[in-house]
Amino acid sequence: MTRRSLLLSLLAMPATAQAQDRFITLASTTSTEQSGLFGHILPAFTRETGIAVRVVALGTGQALDVGRRGDADALLVHDRAAEDRFVAEGFGGPRRQVMYNDFILVGPAADPARIGELGDVAEALRRIAAAGAPFVSRGDRSGTHAAELRLWRLAGVDPLAGRGGWYREVGQGMGPALNAAAAQDAYLLADRGTWLAFRNRQSLTILAAGDARLLNQYGAIAVSPQRHPHVKAAEAQRFIDWLCGPAGQAAITGYRINDEQLFFANAATRG
Amino acid sequence: MQDLGSAMTAAVALVRAGDPAVLRILALSLQVSLAALGIAALVGLPLGALLAVARFPGRRLVVVALNALMGLPPVVAGLLIYLLLSRSGPLGRYGLLFTPQAMVIAQAVLITPILAALTRQVLEAMWEEYAEQLRSFGAGPWRAVPTLLWDGRFALLTVLLAGFGRAAAEVGAVIVVGGNIEGFTRTMTTAIALETSKGDLPLALALGLLLMLIVLGVNALAQGLRDAALRRASA
Repeated sequence: MTRRSLLLSLLAMPATAQAQDRFITLASTTSTEQSGLFGHILPAFTRETGIAVRVVALGTGQALDVGRRGDADALLVHDRAAEDRFVAEGFGGPRRQVMYNDFILVGPAADPARIGELGDVAEALRRIAAAGAPFVSRGDRSGTHAAELRLWRLAGVDPLAGRGGWYREVGQGMGPALNAAAAQDAYLLADRGTWLAFRNRQSLTILAAGDARLLNQYGAIAVSPQRHPHVKAAEAQRFIDWLCGPAGQAAITGYRINDEQLFFANAATRG
Repeated sequence: MQDLGSAMTAAVALVRAGDPAVLRILALSLQVSLAALGIAALVGLPLGALLAVARFPGRRLVVVALNALMGLPPVVAGLLIYLLLSRSGPLGRYGLLFTPQAMVIAQAVLITPILAALTRQVLEAMWEEYAEQLRSFGAGPWRAVPTLLWDGRFALLTVLLAGFGRAAAEVGAVIVVGGNIEGFTRTMTTAIALETSKGDLPLALALGLLLMLIVLGVNALAQGLRDAALRRASA
C-alpha cells in the first residue's frame, strides 16, 4: 500500500463508517463475539438484506439490560430463565430458540481435584470444593455465570463459602476469566465456543464435558416496539427470522475452528 | 521476553500487510481523539485562561474542583454519558449511544478538565508577569484572555498533547458508550482489550505498539510545527 493511498484511506473513513444507514443494533454475549461466530455469519445476512448488524458484546445480564433500556433492537443471549423473565415483563419477544453448544469444565492438566474421567459434572464440582482447589467464576451475571451457579446448586455446594479463598469471582467476560484461570492454574466453567477460539491456554485443558446438564442454549428476542417506539422492529424481526431460517441455520452449522463445529443450529426443535 | 518478540513481529506484519480493518480502527481512533481534543480545546483553553486572570469569590474552589476532575475515572465518565445518551435517558431521542459521536463526547468530557486546569496553571504564571503591562494598555482581564492564549501558544501545545494522549490511551469510557462494535466503534484501545480477552496476547501487544507509534508520530509532528514556528518568529 502506498503512502498516498494509506493517507486517503485514513481521510475517507468517516464517510464509509456512516455509509451503511440500514442497520440494527444487536446486544449479544461475549461468547458469540469472541468465538468469531458473528464474523462468520453476519456478512451473509448483510449481503442478502442490505441490513448491517452492529454487535455490542456483553454478558447476558447486561445485554438484557441494554434491551430493557431500548438501546438495542434485538438480543442473542443464553440464559433461559432471564430471557423468559424479559419476555414476561413485556420488553420483547417472542423468544426464539437458535442454537446450542455446551459448557465444559476446564482446569489445569495436573488436575489436583481429580475430576478428569468423571462424567458427572455435579460430582466434579463437589470434588473441587472439597479439595479447595482454585476455581475462577465469571461473577458478572452472564449466561455462563448463571449456568455455573445452577450447577453449584445441583451439586449441593455453596461456592460463596469459598470466597476470598479458593472461589475467585473475576467479574469479567469469558476471555478475561480464562486468562485469569490460566494464570492461577484454576478450574472454571467455560463455553466451548470461546474455549476453542482462545489462544492463551497455558496448562488449561478440558476435564469434564458431555454431561447433559452442560447444555448451553442460545435464544433470540426482538425488543418490543410497544415499549420502545424507536426500535427497528421490522429489521430486527427480519434478522431473527433469517437466523432461525435455513440460511442462518446453515451459516451457524458451517462455522468451524480446526475442523470442530462450534455451534449447533436447533431453531427447528421446540425449546 | 519471547512474547514481546512475537508482538514486535506481529506489529511489523500488521503494518506491512496494511490490513484495511486495522487501518480503519487506527483511523477511527485518531478521528475520535482529535475531534474530542478539538471540542475540549474550544471549551478548556478559554476556561483555563479566564480562571488565570479573573478574580471572583469561590475561584479557589473552582480551581480545586477542576484539578480534581483531571482524575475523573474514565469508566465513571463513560457510565454518566451512557445514562445520558441511553434511549431511556434524557438525551435518548438523538440515538447517539453506541456511535463514534458518543465516544467523542465521552473523551471530550474526560480531557476538558485536563486542558482547563493545565491552561490555568501555565497562563497564571504569564499573567503575573504581564498583568501590569497589559493593564497599562488599558486591557482588563477579559481582553487579556486572547492575548495570553496567543502568547502562551507554545506552552499550551504541550497541554494539548497531554489531553490528546489521555484521549487516545483511554479505554474505559469508549468501550461503555461506543460498545466496541466491529467496523463502527472499535478503536485501538477497545481492540486491544478484545484481543486480550481472546487470549491473543501477541496481537494485543502488537496493536498496542502500533498505537504508541501513532501517538509518537502526532507528538513529533506537533514538536516539528512548534520548532518551525519558533524559527520563523526569531528570523
